[in-house]
Amino acid sequence: MFDISAEEWTAIELSLRVSVVATLVSTPIGIAVAWLLARRDFWGKALLDAVIHLPLVLPPVVTGYLLLLSFGRKGPVGGFLDQYFGIVFSFRWTGAALACGVMSFPLLVRPMRLSIEAIDKRLEQAAGTLGAAPWQVFLTVTLPLALPGILAGMIMGFAKALGEFGATITFVSNIPGETQTISSAIYSLIQTPEGDVAALRLVIISAILAVAALVASELFARRALRRIHGL
Amino acid sequence: MLDVDVTKQLGQLKLEVAFQSDSPVIGLFGPSGAGKSSIINMIAGLSKPDRGTIKIGSETVDDTAIGLHVPPHRRRIGYVFQDARLFPHRNVSQNLDYGRRMNKLAPDPAHFERILNLLDIGHLKTRRPGQLSGGERQRVALGRALLAKPRLLLMDEPLGALDQERKAEILPYFERLRDEEHVPMVYVSHDPDETRRLAGHVVMLKHGRIAAQGGPEILPP
Repeated sequence: MFDISAEEWTAIELSLRVSVVATLVSTPIGIAVAWLLARRDFWGKALLDAVIHLPLVLPPVVTGYLLLLSFGRKGPVGGFLDQYFGIVFSFRWTGAALACGVMSFPLLVRPMRLSIEAIDKRLEQAAGTLGAAPWQVFLTVTLPLALPGILAGMIMGFAKALGEFGATITFVSNIPGETQTISSAIYSLIQTPEGDVAALRLVIISAILAVAALVASELFARRALRRIHGL
Repeated sequence: MLDVDVTKQLGQLKLEVAFQSDSPVIGLFGPSGAGKSSIINMIAGLSKPDRGTIKIGSETVDDTAIGLHVPPHRRRIGYVFQDARLFPHRNVSQNLDYGRRMNKLAPDPAHFERILNLLDIGHLKTRRPGQLSGGERQRVALGRALLAKPRLLLMDEPLGALDQERKAEILPYFERLRDEEHVPMVYVSHDPDETRRLAGHVVMLKHGRIAAQGGPEILPP
């Protein structure tokens, strides 16, 4: 039962790589977006908010197809990146990371935004009167106070990326060793005669990873509260 | 030292004030809602006047006629808020050192020790803001503002959140500050006794306008 095959290891390793890269690339963008939504008023704010949440409500297959249309080799963005930077997404693990990044983005941004909103703006004002320029206020007050929320967002995003299936398989297919993550490996195994045991093994592994991420996220959220209360 | 001539519309209230003084402590006195905090926030640069000028010392920090507005972090002021607003993620020592670091001032251990002694907060250095009493918190906030070496200290009802006993405990520190450190202050309060003890020049506000100004003798008993 617990004899994990080479292909299964490949899928696990690939899932982790895809999720780590998706999370690390999304994080700075997520912090910027969370800060904008929490602290600034600008034209089109509601639209930005809606676009970010779109992957949460659209069928994943639609998101995957839209990615294929725009980031595929013949798509406007994908073609440009391929021609000028040699970056290819379609049928590569990088494409899986892109799909996972987009799909997990709303879950990654949400705790970050909430933790920035929870910070008392008057502390930022006080920092200003003490001589801190706006960027210094961000680095010395906003960011450290939001840090537990930022970590919680990263973990939520990571957990979602690990489990992403629909958009990934639509965009980059299900190629063992390149784009076959745990989820798509389970999907293939279920359709294979006598693949049940292997599928169950991967199911257990993905459940363990997901629960671990949720527990870690909860711990960080608690630390966030303690930090903001100054104890 | 301070020259203020501003107007600002605040909802229903039209704030229209002009005063200037070289007194070491200027008291802004009046009932709540008279516009005291709005004036001090404009002096700090946290809000902008609709029209007018503000001069601190020889520097003009606001002049709406030429669109001049120096942001708070370049005004070299200290601000003590009613709610101390200490940084909860930093200990007392780091809070105290914050202004010096942001203003890129060289460490000045003698000054640091003198202020800590003056305010009796030396023993609190390693504590977190959440572990301090209200009076201690306010003394640390005062120390934090002073250690940034401001040219003007703004105090917005710094005793407002404290009970009578704590007020009596802290007022002498303000007097020592005035008499020993010679930092010019703007002191906002609705308490005539507090204002009388500290201010050399009193600006009395009512409904956004100056009702009277002059020496502390103009204060009601």
